[in-house]
Amino acid sequence: MVAFAATAMLCLFIASGSVDPAYSFHVYLFAAASVAAIFALGNRYMARPAMIPQEINGKPNYNMAPVQFATVAAVFWGIAGFTVGLIIALQLAYPVLNFDLPWTNFGRLRPLHTSAVIFAFGGNVLLATSFYVVQKTCRARLAGEIAPWFVILGYNFFIVIAGTGYLLGITQGKEYAEPEWYADLFLTVVWVTYLLVFLATLWKRKEPHIFVANWFYLAFIVTIAVLHLGNNAAIPVSIYSPKSYIVWSGVQDAMFQWWYGHNAVGFFLTAGFLAIMYYFVPKRAERPIYSYRLSIVHFWALIFLYIWAGPHHLHYTALPDWAQTLGMTFSIMLWMPSWGGMINGLMTLSGAWDKLRTDPVLRMMVVSLAFYGMSTFEGPLMSIKAVNSLSHYTDWTIGHVHSGALGWVAYISFGAVYCLVPWLWNRKQLYSNRLVEWHFWVSTLGIVFYISAMWVAGIMQGLMWRAYTSLGFLEYSFIETVDAMHPYYVIRALGGALFVIGSLIMAYNLIMTVRQGEAAEPESAPALVPAQ
Amino acid sequence: MSLWNKHAIFEKNSIVLTVGILVVVSIGGLVEIAPLFYLRSTIEKVEGVRPYTPLELAGRAIYVREGCYNCHSQMVRPLRDEVERYGHYSLAAESMYDKPFQWGSKRTGPDLARVGGKYSDEWHVAHLANPRSIVPQSIMPGYAFLARAEIRPEQVEGHLRSNRLGGVPYTDEQIANALTDLRAQVNPDSPHVQALQVRYPGATVRAFGGNPAATINGTVTEMDALVAYLQVLGTMVDFRTYDARANMR
Repeated sequence: MVAFAATAMLCLFIASGSVDPAYSFHVYLFAAASVAAIFALGNRYMARPAMIPQEINGKPNYNMAPVQFATVAAVFWGIAGFTVGLIIALQLAYPVLNFDLPWTNFGRLRPLHTSAVIFAFGGNVLLATSFYVVQKTCRARLAGEIAPWFVILGYNFFIVIAGTGYLLGITQGKEYAEPEWYADLFLTVVWVTYLLVFLATLWKRKEPHIFVANWFYLAFIVTIAVLHLGNNAAIPVSIYSPKSYIVWSGVQDAMFQWWYGHNAVGFFLTAGFLAIMYYFVPKRAERPIYSYRLSIVHFWALIFLYIWAGPHHLHYTALPDWAQTLGMTFSIMLWMPSWGGMINGLMTLSGAWDKLRTDPVLRMMVVSLAFYGMSTFEGPLMSIKAVNSLSHYTDWTIGHVHSGALGWVAYISFGAVYCLVPWLWNRKQLYSNRLVEWHFWVSTLGIVFYISAMWVAGIMQGLMWRAYTSLGFLEYSFIETVDAMHPYYVIRALGGALFVIGSLIMAYNLIMTVRQGEAAEPESAPALVPAQ
Repeated sequence: MSLWNKHAIFEKNSIVLTVGILVVVSIGGLVEIAPLFYLRSTIEKVEGVRPYTPLELAGRAIYVREGCYNCHSQMVRPLRDEVERYGHYSLAAESMYDKPFQWGSKRTGPDLARVGGKYSDEWHVAHLANPRSIVPQSIMPGYAFLARAEIRPEQVEGHLRSNRLGGVPYTDEQIANALTDLRAQVNPDSPHVQALQVRYPGATVRAFGGNPAATINGTVTEMDALVAYLQVLGTMVDFRTYDARANMR
C-alpha cells in the first residue's frame, strides 16, 4: 500500500514537470491506477475474511478468479489485435486508409498489432494457463492472494500503457520491444512478481515431481526476464520525458535486438505455448504424454539452441560473418528439438485419433501442432544464408511468421481457451460444438489464403528485386515491385478478415457457454499425474 | 540406475531447475554478444563518421516515433542488385552512433541507408506530405502534419546528454550549444553556422523543410528535422576515397 502511495505521489510530481502531453497522460494513468490499487487494498483489508483455507474437504481450494480474468482479457485482446492486423493489411492494399493522421498511420499501428497479438493476447493466454496448470499439477492453491492479482492487473495495465503509447508516438523503435523505459521498468516489477508467484506455488506442491509443462513455463518466465533486461537497457532523456536512448548502438544493438527478438519467438511464443500443449493435449485426449524421455531431451535442447539463432535476422548485414554463420548453424540444428516437441504432442494421440472426428477442440490443437511442425521446418530453411538473401526483407517472412502465429500460437490458444472456459465457469460443455467447427474451418481457410498469398508475393518480390535484363540492367524499379504486390495484399486482407470472423464466432460461443451452459457435475477426475 | 533417473534432480527441486535453465540459456548469448564489444574487427575505423547534429538527431527521433523502420530498412547488403540499386554496401561504422539501430527487417518501401542526397529537399517535403502526388503507385502514408509540428526546444540538450551517457562522443561544447545548433542548421543566414560546421564537420545548412518561420523566429518544424536526417543518411563516408582493403587482415 505504501508502495502504491509512493508511486501515486511520484507520478503527480513527474506530471507537474512533464512537457509532453502524451507522457503526462501516461503519468496520470499510473497515478490513477495506484490510487485504485490503494482503494482495492483498503477495501480488502476492511472486508477481510477469515484465513482463506488452502484445502476444502481434502481438495485444494484453487484460486481461479485471476485465471478467469486473464482468460477474458485474452479473448478481448485477441479480437482487438486481429482487428488491428486486418486494418493494417487493408492499409497496405488501400493506402488511403491511413487517413494521413499521426495516430492512424501504418508505422504506429503495426507495433500496436504485433504487441496486441503477441503480448496482450498471447501473454494473457500464458498467464491464464500457467496459473491454472501450476495449481492443478501441484495440487496446491496459488501462492499469495494479492500478488497474483497484481501480476494479472499489472500486466494488463502495462498493455494499455504500451498500446496507447504507440498511438501517441511513444516508442523506442525496437521491434517487439517498443514500450519506453518507464513501461519497461513497471513490467520488470510485474514480471519478477510473476516469477515469485509461480515458484512459490511450485514450492507448495503435493507431488514430488514438477510436471513437464511447468518446466516450459519456468523457462519462459526466466528467459523473458533476462531478454527484457538485456534488450531494454536505456537511458531516459530525463524523468520528465518519455524518450530514452538504448545504451547499445549500431552492430551491438542489432545483435542484442535479435537475440531478444528471436527468443521472444523462442520463449514467449514457443516454450510458453509448448507448456500449454503439454497440459491441454494429454488432458483433452485423455492419453498420457507419448514419451517422457523425449520431453527431457527436447526441453533442454530447445532452450539451449534457441538462444543462438538470433543472428539469422542479420544475414549479409554489417554484423561480423562469424556471428551470422553461428546463427545459421544453430537455426538449422533447432529444427530437431522443434520437431521433437511436435512429435511428442502428436504421438500423444496414439489410440485416440478417432477423437479428431468428434472433438473439434482437440482437432484445433492437433492442427496447431501440424502448423508448428511446418513453420519450424520453414524457419531453418529461411535461415540458410542463400535462401535468406532472397527471402529477407520480403513478405515471405510475414507469411512465415503468420503460419506460426495464426496456425500454431493462436490455434493452441483457442484450444486451451475452449477447454478452460467450461472448466473455470463450471459448465458441462461448450455451448455449441458446431460453432467450434465453424470457427475452425473459417479461420483455417483464412490462414491458407494468408500464407499462400504471402509466399507467392514474397518470392515474387525477392525475384523482381534481383531481376536483370539481357543487357545487364536491373529490370524493375522499386515502385514496380510495390505495384505488383497489390492483388496479394488484397488476398491477404481477405484471409485476415476470415480469421477475425472466426475469432468473433469463438467469442460468441464462449459468452453463451458462460451464460446458458449447464452446470457441470462436481468434479471427480484426479489431477493429472506427472509423466513419470 | 540409468542416467535418466538423474534428471529427477531437476524435477524435484525448482531452484536447481531455475538455475539449470539460466545457465543453459546464457551460453549462446554470451558467445555471440560479448565478443562484439572487444573484437576490433567488429567496427573498423572509417573516416567521416560523426555523431548526428542536434537537428539530425531530432529528425531521427521522428523517424523512430513514426515507425518508419516498419517498412524501410537501412542496410544495403553486399549483393550485386542491392549495390546497384542503392549504392555501396553499408559499413558497421556508419551506424555506430545509432541508438537504437534502424537496420529494419522489411522493405515494403525501398532501403534508405543511402537516401541522403538522392532527392532534393523539395522532393522530400512534397513526398512526405502526400506520397502519391510524386509516386502515383506508392502505398506510403502521408505525413503532412510534420510541417505543422514544432520541435520542442526544452530538451534538445538532454537528448545529446543521454546519448553521451550511452557512449556517443558529444563534447561539452556540443551539448552547451545544442539549441543554437538546432536553430542554426535550418537558417543559412544565422551567425552560428560556421561554429556549427566546426563542431559537426560536413553538416549541411539549409531550410530543409522549406519552413519560412525558421529565419524569423527560430522555430524548427518536425519536417525540417526529418528531412535533415534523411539527407544525411549514408553520406558521411566518402566512398571515392574509402579503401575497403585498408582494414583487411
